[in-house]
Amino acid sequence: MKKLISCLASGILLASIATASLAQLSIEITGAGTQRLPIAIADFAGERVISQALTSVIRSDLERSGRFQLVDPGAAPMNESTAPNFIDWKSRGADALAAGSLTGTPDGRYETRFRLYDTQKQAAIAGQALTHTSNQLRTTAHRIADTIYEKLTGERGIFSTRIAYVVKSAGRYELQIADADGNGAQSALASREPIISPAWSPDGGKLAYVSFEAKKPIIYVHDLATGRRHVAANFKGSNSAPAWSPDGRKLAVVLTKDGGSQLYLVNVDGSGVTRLASSSGIDTEPQFSPDGEFIYFTSDRGGSPQIYRQPVAGGAAQRVTFDGSYNVTPRLSPDGKTLAFVTRDGGRFRVAVMDLATRQVQVLTDTAKDESPSFAPNGRMILFATEVGGRGVLAAVSVDGRVKQRLSVQAADVREPAWGPFSK
Amino acid sequence: MRKIVLPLSLITLALLAGCGSQPPAPEQDGAGVESRSPSAVTTPGVTPVIAGQPSGTDLAALKDPKSPLSKRSIYFDLDSYIVKDEYQSLLGHHAQFLGKNGQMKMLIQGNADERGSREYNLALGQKRAEAVKKALMLLGVKEAQLESVSLGEEKPACIESTESCWAQNRRGDMLYSGEF
Repeated sequence: MKKLISCLASGILLASIATASLAQLSIEITGAGTQRLPIAIADFAGERVISQALTSVIRSDLERSGRFQLVDPGAAPMNESTAPNFIDWKSRGADALAAGSLTGTPDGRYETRFRLYDTQKQAAIAGQALTHTSNQLRTTAHRIADTIYEKLTGERGIFSTRIAYVVKSAGRYELQIADADGNGAQSALASREPIISPAWSPDGGKLAYVSFEAKKPIIYVHDLATGRRHVAANFKGSNSAPAWSPDGRKLAVVLTKDGGSQLYLVNVDGSGVTRLASSSGIDTEPQFSPDGEFIYFTSDRGGSPQIYRQPVAGGAAQRVTFDGSYNVTPRLSPDGKTLAFVTRDGGRFRVAVMDLATRQVQVLTDTAKDESPSFAPNGRMILFATEVGGRGVLAAVSVDGRVKQRLSVQAADVREPAWGPFSK
Repeated sequence: MRKIVLPLSLITLALLAGCGSQPPAPEQDGAGVESRSPSAVTTPGVTPVIAGQPSGTDLAALKDPKSPLSKRSIYFDLDSYIVKDEYQSLLGHHAQFLGKNGQMKMLIQGNADERGSREYNLALGQKRAEAVKKALMLLGVKEAQLESVSLGEEKPACIESTESCWAQNRRGDMLYSGEF
């Protein structure tokens, strides 16, 4: 099924939220999961324009995940207090049902309530009440979608998380932050020189990235809320590929101060640089394992670029990838069990995953210029950059390769995606 | 159509003065660069010379298409940072120039084609720049005159997705003082 979800669908109300000058990412679903739970989301009751916008965001979130099949809720009005006719909902094919309402409060804010029902058990299984402003409508909808997703799948939802990526238009690079559905893009940094390798701090408050604004690659750490940033590594030569330690105190980085590209550890404030690994070739793209024990990285020490891992505390490097002559950009799933990377097969660069226990590799995509894979914080989807029709776009694929989405910005190249952590 | 854009216009050579870490060069040094033959300058005057600065003749050679010194690019094979033998003679000319003009510095910019990881390409570009630097040092150039940096895949000279274009981007460029 192909469905285009226009990000402008939510109406006039949202125009005030989004920065008008920023082109929005639009999402196209190009593949869906095989086992999808049928769910009906009744139109939330309340002030029509606003409640409809809310309902549509909840529906798009759930549908985009590839794990739900939306069932037509019909036109009969209902809210969280309406007793559902479970027999009727079951006959319509809905295993789950959500209904709610949105009401204005005297102080100009809103209160949104909803209930989630299991039509088989004929019982309410979750409920929530949230107060918010009109500017927080999408955030509220994402929170509700997260609750529904978690209750029905047993995993945390990622609809309230954020993504970072770089948009390149003529002579301009912009580091942007958007909701996981591509909406509400905000510019964190604009530059005439390239920006690459954004990496979220574990608390989601900061980004480390590489900017060429001083005519050479320098690593900055940028506090998103305040816009304050500092240089984390600016040594002779190039400074790149920052990766946060799980405790958020250190960065693994690549420096060329002692010759070729080599791995170092540095405190987030830029102090205390120490060598992490050493080879006569290229070592780059460090990434901590979620337990902080290992550094995964790309190295050509064996003659071609392959993925290796090495204990952070010291010890020998072990080679992890063996098939093919080009396996790069290691990214660990949040549970540490799966490795995503980019593999070259013929002239095609595609996202693959390796089950670290069995070493089984599965190529997930059928595109040809994939780069920068990044796991969703629940480990379900992998966001990556690729090229479609000569233009850089972001795409997402589920770890089983079944669910596929594409996010693009009109008339610009989008690249270097990084999926942020769960919000606290 | 294949479009090759030189990293810096040769016109920049005329702006030699005041760039980088070089002391401002006297205006007169620009004469040759403006493609007037230095010998044609007949206006009486004093041409200040700063010891160690290249002469107008030497600078002219850097952009004279007939001089090997005008050739500044070393091309590499896919995934490789080995300087091919065919570049030894070109590197020899540049080594000689740097030896003769001890105040001149060279910035070597390594580049990679657009395919694959940006970070790996940044590292690959660095290795290519380092390889050119090492080759020049083997030919006697002092390390202090040389600096290697990488632009990775970020500044492609050729922007089409074709093999011939990618080959143009797997490149090390040699830039002299005033050109960077």
